[in-house]
Amino acid sequence: MIPLEGQVRIPSGCAVSAMISRDGRRMNGERIIESMVPMHDRSNGLGGGFAAYGIYPEYRDFYALHIFFSSRSAQSACMTLLKEYFEIVQDEHIKVRKMPQITDEPIIRRVFVSPMQSVLRHLQIDEKELVVRVVNRINAQSDGSYVFSCGKNMGAFKAVGFPEDVGRYYRLEEYDAYCWTAHGRYPTNTPGWWGGAHPFCMLDYSIVHNGEISSYDANRRFIEMYGYKCTLQTDTEVITYIADYLLRRQGLTLDEMAAVIAAPFWSTIEGKSGADREKYTYLRTVFPSLLVTGPFSIILGFDGGLMALNDRLKLRSMVVGEQDDMVYIASEEAAIRVMAPEIKNIWSPAGGEPVIVRVKEGAF
Amino acid sequence: MNFYPEFEVVRSDSRCIRCRVCERQCANEVHWYDADGKVMLSDESKCVNCQRCVTLCPTRALKIVKSDCRLRENANYSDQTIKEIYRQAETGGVLLSSMGNPNPLPVYWDRILINASQVTNPPIDPLREPMETRVSLGKKPDHITRNPDGSIDTKLPPQLTLSMPVMFSAMSYGSISYNAHASLARAASALGIYYNTGEGGLHEDFYQYGKNTIVQVASGRFGVHKDYLEAGAAIEIKMGQGAKPGIGGHLPGTKAVGDVSKTRMIPEGSDAISPAPHHDIYSIEDLRQLVYSLKEATEYRLPVIVKVAAVHNIAAIASGIARSGADIIAIDGFRGGTGAAPTRIRDNVGIPIELALAAVDKRLRDEGIRNNVSIICGGSVRSAADVVKAIALGADACYIATAACLAMGCHLCRSCHTGKCNWGIATQRPDLVKRLNPDIGSQRLINLMDAWRHEIKELMGGMGINSIEALRGNRLMLRGVGLTEKELQILGISHAGE
Ligand code: SF4
Ligand code: SF4
Repeated sequence: MIPLEGQVRIPSGCAVSAMISRDGRRMNGERIIESMVPMHDRSNGLGGGFAAYGIYPEYRDFYALHIFFSSRSAQSACMTLLKEYFEIVQDEHIKVRKMPQITDEPIIRRVFVSPMQSVLRHLQIDEKELVVRVVNRINAQSDGSYVFSCGKNMGAFKAVGFPEDVGRYYRLEEYDAYCWTAHGRYPTNTPGWWGGAHPFCMLDYSIVHNGEISSYDANRRFIEMYGYKCTLQTDTEVITYIADYLLRRQGLTLDEMAAVIAAPFWSTIEGKSGADREKYTYLRTVFPSLLVTGPFSIILGFDGGLMALNDRLKLRSMVVGEQDDMVYIASEEAAIRVMAPEIKNIWSPAGGEPVIVRVKEGAF
Repeated sequence: MNFYPEFEVVRSDSRCIRCRVCERQCANEVHWYDADGKVMLSDESKCVNCQRCVTLCPTRALKIVKSDCRLRENANYSDQTIKEIYRQAETGGVLLSSMGNPNPLPVYWDRILINASQVTNPPIDPLREPMETRVSLGKKPDHITRNPDGSIDTKLPPQLTLSMPVMFSAMSYGSISYNAHASLARAASALGIYYNTGEGGLHEDFYQYGKNTIVQVASGRFGVHKDYLEAGAAIEIKMGQGAKPGIGGHLPGTKAVGDVSKTRMIPEGSDAISPAPHHDIYSIEDLRQLVYSLKEATEYRLPVIVKVAAVHNIAAIASGIARSGADIIAIDGFRGGTGAAPTRIRDNVGIPIELALAAVDKRLRDEGIRNNVSIICGGSVRSAADVVKAIALGADACYIATAACLAMGCHLCRSCHTGKCNWGIATQRPDLVKRLNPDIGSQRLINLMDAWRHEIKELMGGMGINSIEALRGNRLMLRGVGLTEKELQILGISHAGE
């Protein structure tokens, strides 16, 4: 029997792509879908997905839960659980386009929720923590419900299939986002599972990732001390939890987080001066178990921006292009040329050097 | 009762040139020259098979072989078991032994295999890419705090920084020689690691190596005073030792001579017997008080290590220590060495370090307090591969002592308790001590560590890991062979093929 996802660790190769408007202009999903076509061979049809930011302006104050259900009964059990903690503002189908390339689809719902104040007071936690806990609980129970996106004014769309088919299946041309990220998956030991496709999301953080990290178990065993549960056993999942832990719980900046997970070499740190040297030494000393080694390129999306980061040896390809207010990132230059044929300014960021793009204040 | 000796000295008379080197080199007085017959003779009953004479014989005329004259074979009552009974029937005494448990008990290191990258993830070549082995031991803060200007407050609890995750474990001045200590101290400084004074105090000549010294406080408190505590980079409270859990140290009076007695602050020639418990520590709360007294005495500048023997309940004990204010826990497995221990205790008390380490690391993580302390693993770490396996199981660093002695020339004859070490290590006899040249001893220790560092890097590179931090606790990099479900479960690893 082939083991299911979560029962074994799944390394995978992949393709990633992203586009973002610094002016906060919203663009539909057509170009990001197209960008995945020339990288078709980097995926094997076992998973594709997208994250889109700024797509639910009219519901911006509510958490948008995107959920897979395997059955009606799973759906009603999950909804009952959600109602214990949240007001349900809206509960609807996510519209899809039936096509032969995408089969075995689960029930796919979008539920906008608002945490109940009484629950927050009772548990003495903030609303983000409540969302994290409830989502983790639903996903860890693995009884037919899987929340694959739970941020505000953003959402993930993913399925088993090639990414360009997945994009059309979800009718992404009907959504307008100021930032899109995309992923095509090449897993090496899974039959493919909808929840296992990327992006992997936690609150408004979404991660698409290409690579296989050699530090996986060191990272996993550390992060699991802090209440996270790595049920999928994928790199993306653990990196998402690391990002959540460092950014939200420890309050690090994106640059500081990059200095933890793709830490500069000690020899580089020694060459730095005064305050910088102290800061980098401190971060490496305090979070040694969150150093991520092995090849990776990741794109971390968040409310109002994104960050792209390569492993410190740059063992995976990643290129960045810039044109006017737009920034494009992809595993291969060809993908950027599809999104912006006239682009001039294309470069490869150095290993471990984060590329952080923020949308102008107030523009999203 | 007299037996045929355990070893035979085989001398080729045609090769022997009567240079009498063997006679001068053997502190056990096995060899002598018979002037009348113009031959070398030997009393093999005194031989401990330390190989000194064999190594130094210029014509290779000598070899020591295991004698085949044995009592009638019996799988239950072995030759050794029977002879030990005879000896005890004769003397009424407790049997003494030295070095680590030699019995054929499982060595889990040898049942664990290491991973390497193929296809999905590239191996890294340590000759071409940077590969980091530096580690910091000590408590890590739970939360980042920021200064008013938003920058990170970079104050840290005291840390020990090691260029590679290996240190020289505690061996007291007294149990080993001045020259052995000098070799360890110099090598530790040159390597950017640490050596450990053991419970015998610190000779005044070695204060200069304080930056690379861990000073030990054991139950006998030998040689402990304020300057001593302040001389080192860390203080280790020795609660127990893997070779003899549950009992204290014993330095025979014959070794407590000259500077040894001065350094220990005890009268010359008196047996230095440290009590089994610390008489101020009968519980975990008491340990906390000692940890904080030592921290107070040194103004919180130095990390405090608590060293314990790996015993049955080690996970719970470690959890208690992690909450006692200690910065580092050193766990010593049952195969760890010793300068002298009752044989029955050495061979029957304690548990293997591999299982203890895995259990402790897991328990501290389950309780969310793994960051409170670092873990040092000792008790028979024999090679770079053992180090890599220990780190992947969850250790921050390893302690080595037997391997360090071997580097200095020890031939593992297991007679340290006699004080007549022919290799100048476990002895205080000046004529023997001078056989160990600290220039050479320290260089050999440096060579050994350099070699291990290269091997660690190669093993890491093969796994696609370029920093030791990413290996720590990375149990997915390990697989067991020939282990039971239960053993695999305790080690927290899968079986090969899974
Ligand atoms: S004790 Fe050592 S030096 Fe003496 S005879 Fe035996 S092997 Fe040779
Ligand atoms: S230190 Fe000396 S006495 Fe002890 S085992 Fe080694 S060679 Fe023998």
